[in-house]
Amino acid sequence: MGKATTIKVANAVAAVPQGATLMIGGFMGVGSPHRLIDELVRQGKSGLTIIANDTARQGFAIGKLIGARLVRRVVTSHIGTNPETQKQMLAGELEVELVPQGTLAERIRAGGYGLGGVLTRTGVGTTVAQGKRTVEIDGNVYLLEMPLRAQFALISARRADHIGNLTYGMTARNFNPLMAMAADVVMAESREIVPVGVIAPDEVMTPAVLVDYLIARERSNG
Amino acid sequence: MDDKTLIAMRVAQELRPGDLVNLGIGLPTLVASMVPREAGIFFQSENGIVGMQATPEEGLEADDLTDAGGNPISALPGSATFDSAMSFGLIRGGHLDVTVLGGLQVDCQGRLANWMIPGSLVPGMGGAMDLVTGARRVIVAMTHTAKGKPKIVEACSLPLTSTRRVDLIVTEMAVIEPTAEGLVLKELAPDAELEAVLRATGTRLVIREPVPRMRFSAAG
Repeated sequence: MGKATTIKVANAVAAVPQGATLMIGGFMGVGSPHRLIDELVRQGKSGLTIIANDTARQGFAIGKLIGARLVRRVVTSHIGTNPETQKQMLAGELEVELVPQGTLAERIRAGGYGLGGVLTRTGVGTTVAQGKRTVEIDGNVYLLEMPLRAQFALISARRADHIGNLTYGMTARNFNPLMAMAADVVMAESREIVPVGVIAPDEVMTPAVLVDYLIARERSNG
Repeated sequence: MDDKTLIAMRVAQELRPGDLVNLGIGLPTLVASMVPREAGIFFQSENGIVGMQATPEEGLEADDLTDAGGNPISALPGSATFDSAMSFGLIRGGHLDVTVLGGLQVDCQGRLANWMIPGSLVPGMGGAMDLVTGARRVIVAMTHTAKGKPKIVEACSLPLTSTRRVDLIVTEMAVIEPTAEGLVLKELAPDAELEAVLRATGTRLVIREPVPRMRFSAAG
């Protein structure tokens, strides 16, 4: 809690243990924390459980973690754009839990908002319902979907201020603000970092109190 | 006109001014180009925008403005962007007027299978289950057969996307409305014969003669 600590990307990732559970923001790599992902690959953090909307494409965003065989398990809504994910899944090397996209968003929201679960009609009567409890309310049948949390959320902002208030750009917002609520430690990288006050209170999408580490920019002149 | 263009043009006739509409990937995306801008239809992309416009001008793409496939899009005046919980709240909360989705199979009760082929294609359901369960109106836009085999069948051999009955099926041969009484043949394509439609369909159709033809104005 409090304001975010500014930290170098290498030091932030060094705090992630092998086998950690990570939420990673982004949708097909748009709004994904690319510098944090690259550093996970560089430091060879393996045995990871990843919670994310998709596994992007081969060699891009979360696809880099899959390609480097750093992921043991993934909880996601879509892997169709990354043949490598499907290959590792069919070979039994990667465990994949497929979750309807709206249910994934709500399970993460539940994890971050202190809810005990989500009741939804999505998936009732399909393979998604297997092994899950159902609840009938006013004649409608709902699936009970459980909250999701992670040890770390790795998110990406368009703009951050010095204490870690965040805004996101257009469709790059997607899962980022939800994940910022649902992890023990939140690491945010941002396209730009501005002094406090540049982001007006009404514009803040993720308040700084949720952000533990703000990834420092690299000096472009070395 | 090719089959996909005909299907997209016929689906476009189902959209009403002011509708909030979500188009699935593939054939359904063609529908957007069949709708005049002045119709005031809002297209949603589930990655978090209402008011998407298909393709930006070359050189005006924005890294943070894409469709659900990660491809650059543009945004109409009046667009809104939001997070994934709100995006699916629009879908699951009954705020989405129409979704148009592709299909692999539809059964005699109008239930859709369109998200996986066990053993060969396991892309994940993405937003399909939410869309079919939550949209106020579900239109399936698909070819009538695949490799000569009917896609409208007695019982789906593929896993269902939802147990909800879809509202309309549009193919290059026919328009079919699933109802409590069965699959009602509503229209025939301009050059489709009734006998051929019945041969290409793997389950019983309810026929109330005369079955009208699809109609397309000169302007489309």
